[in-house]
Parts: sequence; C-alpha cells; structure tokens
Amino acid sequence: MEKHFHVREHEVWLPYRFSVGPVFNRFYEGLKEGKILGNKCPKCRKVLVPPRSFCPDCYVDMTDWVEAAQEGELVSWVLGRQEFFGMPMEPPFIGGLIRLDMTDCNFLHLVGGFDLEQKEKLKKLRTGIRVKAVWRDDKKGHLLDIKYFQPI
Amino acid sequence: MGRAVAVIGTGQTRHGMRAEVTYPDLIREAVLAAFQDAGITPDDIDGVVSGTMPSMMEGVALTHFYFADALRSVGKPILKTETCGSTGVSLAITGYYWVASGLADMVLVVGSEKMHEGDSQATMTTVAEPLYQRFFISGAPGAFGMQSKLWLQRYNVPEDKARDAAAKVSVDHHKSGANNPLAHIRREYSMEEVKNAPVIVYPVRLLDVCPNSDGACAVILACEEKAKKICSKPAWIKGVGYAGEEYWIGDSDKVVWESAVKAAREAYKMAGISDPRKELDVAEIYNPFTFQELLYYECFGFCDFGTACDYTLKGTFARGGEVPCAPSGGVLCTNPIGATGLIRCAEAALQVSGKAGERQIEGANLALAHAMGGVIQFNGVMILGSKL
Amino acid sequence: MVTFDKKGNPIIETEAIIPYQNVLGPTWFRFFEGLKEEKIYGTKCSKCRRVLVPARAFCPRCFLDMEEWVNVPSEGEVLAWVYTNYEYFGMPTKPPFITAIIRLDGTDSGFVHLIGGFDLSDVEKVQTRVKDGARVQAVWRKEKQGHIMDIEYFRPL
Repeated sequence: MEKHFHVREHEVWLPYRFSVGPVFNRFYEGLKEGKILGNKCPKCRKVLVPPRSFCPDCYVDMTDWVEAAQEGELVSWVLGRQEFFGMPMEPPFIGGLIRLDMTDCNFLHLVGGFDLEQKEKLKKLRTGIRVKAVWRDDKKGHLLDIKYFQPI
Repeated sequence: MGRAVAVIGTGQTRHGMRAEVTYPDLIREAVLAAFQDAGITPDDIDGVVSGTMPSMMEGVALTHFYFADALRSVGKPILKTETCGSTGVSLAITGYYWVASGLADMVLVVGSEKMHEGDSQATMTTVAEPLYQRFFISGAPGAFGMQSKLWLQRYNVPEDKARDAAAKVSVDHHKSGANNPLAHIRREYSMEEVKNAPVIVYPVRLLDVCPNSDGACAVILACEEKAKKICSKPAWIKGVGYAGEEYWIGDSDKVVWESAVKAAREAYKMAGISDPRKELDVAEIYNPFTFQELLYYECFGFCDFGTACDYTLKGTFARGGEVPCAPSGGVLCTNPIGATGLIRCAEAALQVSGKAGERQIEGANLALAHAMGGVIQFNGVMILGSKL
Repeated sequence: MVTFDKKGNPIIETEAIIPYQNVLGPTWFRFFEGLKEEKIYGTKCSKCRRVLVPARAFCPRCFLDMEEWVNVPSEGEVLAWVYTNYEYFGMPTKPPFITAIIRLDGTDSGFVHLIGGFDLSDVEKVQTRVKDGARVQAVWRKEKQGHIMDIEYFRPL
C-alpha cells in the first residue's frame, strides 16, 4: 500500500562566477600543456598537487613551482554507479586518490582505461599499484584534460 | 553572567570587487591582519567561529569546511553561525558566549562573503519559502521598501522630510566611507544626486542602498586575564542582545520593530545604559537602506518614534553630532553580508580602543554595533567599551 | 573552463540547478484546495483568539494547534505596498509588480500578495491608483491549480 504525500516541486537555479585566482589558473594552464603542476612550501618543503596559494600547515605563501610526475601509486578508489541529479561525472566511474611520485599529498582524479564492467579488472585495483596519467588530445585547461589514471 | 571578554585584535580585507583572489585567500587576508593586530599566533587560539550567508551564495556548501586551512582551524573546535544579514553580530555573540563560559580563553571569529561569485538577490529569494511568500519577493529592497512606507504612514512623517533625512544619511555615510581605506565605495555624493538617483523600489533609490561587496573580517576575542596581559587597549564587550520574530512577514509589526527594540534593551541592560543618545559615543548600525537607519534610531531609543527625521536633519547622528553613526562609512559603503555585522563590531572596537585612524571619533569610550537578518526578522546588538 | 572577466581575472562561470519537493502537509493542502474554490482560509487560535491567514498548523505565539478554520473575506485594507520594476535572476514574478501586505477583514495578520488590475508601467501613475489604507478585493484566475497565484491580484476598490 503506497502512501501519497502532497508535494510542491520547484527548482532553485543559481548562476556563479568563481574566482580562480592566479595559482589555480597557472595549474589549469599547465594542464593545457600536458603538465601536472604543483608547488612547494619554502618552510616545510612539502610538494602539493594541485598547487596552493598558501601552505595549509605553515600558513606561508607557497613559492616554488614544480612539475609533478605523471605516474604514481593508487592510494584508494571507489566505483560510483548511482546517478543523482546534477552529477558532474556520469556513472559508472572510478574516483581515486593517487600519490603522484615525489609529492606529499594525494591527488583526487579518476581511474580508468579499461572496461569497468569487467570484475577481474576491478579486482586488480588495490592500494599500492602503479598508475599513469592518460591525456586527451584536445586539452582545454580543465582537470578532465587528464582522461584518467590507468593501471600499468 | 560569565567572564569578561574583550576584542584584542581585528583584521579586515580591502573590501570591494576581489575577483583576483579565491575565497579562501580572502579569508586568510583578514585572518593574517587580525593575528598581526593582536600580536598573537594561531597556536594561541582555542576555537574558531565562522559564518557567511547561506552556502548557496557562493555555491560551496558548508563554507567553514572550505575555509579550514584559511581559518587555521584544523585540529580545533569550530562553530558555524548563519543568520543571514545578522550573521556578523551572531558570530561575535557566539564567540563571546564561548569565552565568557570559560571553555575557551581565546577565540578567532571570522565573517566573510564573496558576493561577486554568486547572485545575491536570487540567493536571498530562497530565504522565502516556495509555497507562498517567495512569489511576492522583490529582493531585499522590496521588503525594506514596504517597511519604510509602513513607518512613514504610522507616524505621519511627510514624505519629503523623510526623503531629505534619508538622503542626509546617504551623504554623511558616503563621506565617511571616502575616508576609510578599506571601504568598497569611496565616493562622496550630494543631496541632489541621492534624491534623483534611479528608483529601485519606490521610495528606495540607487544611492539609498548598499553595494554588493567581497570582503572578510576577523576578530580575536580573549578572556580578561589574557586580554589584560596581551593587549594595551582591549575593547570590552559590555552588553549583548539578540531577538527574532515570527517567520511570516505579515505576522509581526515591523514598525515598532519588536526584535530591534528587545535586542537593544537587553544589550543596554547588560551594559548599564539608560540614556543611549547621551551615553553612547558612536554607533555602527546595520543599514543596507537609508530609510531603515532612521527607523533604527527610534527602535534603539536614540529618539522617540516618529522623530528620527528631525534629529537626523539637525545633524545629531553625523560626525560632530551627539551620536556619530557609521564613521566607517557603514553598510552603504561596504556590504559583504556575512562579514558586515562583524565589521560593525570591529569598527566599534577600533573606536573605543582609539585605533580607528582617520575615522576616529575623539574620546569614544562606548560604542554600539548592530546587525539585522532575514526578511526583516532578526536583530542583534553588541555594546563595546574602553572600560571594564 | 576558465574564462576571464572584464579586468582579466580568471573565473569559472557555472550554474547550480537543484530540484526540490516540498511537502505541503495537511494545513497547506487544505488552504490551497480552498483557493481552488475561491475561498481564503485562515485559522483561529483557541487561546489568543487571533485569526491568521494563510491558515496555520499552530499559533506562532501560543504554540498550540490551530484547529478552527475560518473562511475569511476576500476583501481588506492595504497596510503597505511596494512597486518593483527591476529584474534579477530567477525572480519568481516578473516585473513590474506591486507586492502588498493586506489586512483582510476580520483577520489579525498581514496577507502578502499582489495589487493589480491597472497599468503598472509608470511608478507615478501607480502612486495615484494605490494608497495606503485603500480597500482591495481579490480577483481570481479562471483556471485554478491550488496555488497562491490562483488569486491573480487584489484590485483597488
């Protein structure tokens, strides 16, 4: 027996203009050139990707820019199957935390390059496997210029 | 009542159009300035209070999470307060409760807004529920336009007298704002320019209203022991008051604005003030609309109901008058909503500690800070003084 | 994608579109069904005896359930009004329009709605047609949906 509740539907539709700031802008420009840029804290020497305007631990301006490796270790991952309204990525997709070589934080992106329905391929994903960035041909200065990180 | 609490440092960003930095960077600008002003380090802070307009304003939900790094709040307890326009004073009152209770010795309070990243009127429309009131909302100017007309009619104030008094508020505040290096609008206007500006919602015109500003304000509160040790001129919180009304706009009288009257009365009682116009040296009132400031003079007991226009035209509330209002330029010159109420507290603190630079009112010892929120729904008042 | 504003600052322009389904509950439902029949319902509090419109589930001051329903007159007095002729994004009602707080006869709260039924294009003209304290009467739409806008506007008498 289904209970029916009276509802009124409506949509809230809001426009935004996010300020990117010079640091993220340079990061996006790096992506356009097929580079993953990060920066380094002058105090604690940590390398963070994506780059930051200030070091979250030391609270000082981050100064030195570095080009991060395109390869690294998979730290953790999750397969998204459920669709919800306004989702930026269309499922199924795998979100992953990746520790790019010689950086000091985990980079959030996608894991892919194989059929996500194949269970044997999914079983091979585990913490510690090596993954490598696979790029689009037409780059726009967007995080998805990297298509995904592929297990190697 | 709890322990005595003082403002020992403040920091503000340069307010205005700040599209060149991201929102967290804006926060950090104010926080760094506050740490420097107080002469303390982030390690001295026991807890953080953060607040903004509803998350929809900038499109990032739960902004205090987003600001965790910029607030230096990692590893510390954090409280979020959101009361629309009155957020800034609610933030200060939340911080005050925290330190007064004895559960924190020093608290960082930060209010902020990056209005150019969103659409303020569209966001504020969502304050009205979607079944009934939302269809009649014409933005903040609409609601306050209605309130102003109710007030004029109730006390038989001639329209042109009210128009002149409101224009004088705009002229005086813009003049003060031109003197404030951090204000958004730093232009002076003449009475004619104000009275002939384009109509937004009658009788409210373009120069009767606040701008949309990006900005952040950080304030550091400390208990008596620490304040006396660290700060040469603490600004003591002498009284607080806060009240709200029913949700439906048609349910309460918005002229003898109960929540404004009550908030002021509570704050005055705590601070031992019986004659506000005589005892207060300066007031920073939340006035996104000139007409509303006039109504507040009456609700706060600066003058009898129906007489605010007369006193205003005489200069009672201008620099050099009995209670100079908005020496910072006020909300008409700068309005990053989540920060605005806190900027009122910060400016009041600067006044009573003699740190207001060119906008200093000589000999200011007792100041009132205020903010209002919702569709004419909430009011908060804080009294700051140089003496404990 | 990053674009640049007039001052050359990098920005990202985007939109958030979020859908909602607000539950009406029995009180709003009965009120909106009443509108379909050209009835405006208020409720009366058993303690303070005030009649509030639209109908409420509880009295906001006494905090008691409001169980007495009253079919209030569709005529009343204008307490305050404001004329809007500017537009912002996502405005539910398109300008020009006049929002008003109306004290319907026999009620103790202000009812928010529109005033209309005449040329709204010029604020000076509007000032001659609408006065504070004016008597107004609801004008209904022919097609009703159980919506607050089933009342098209209130016409000055």
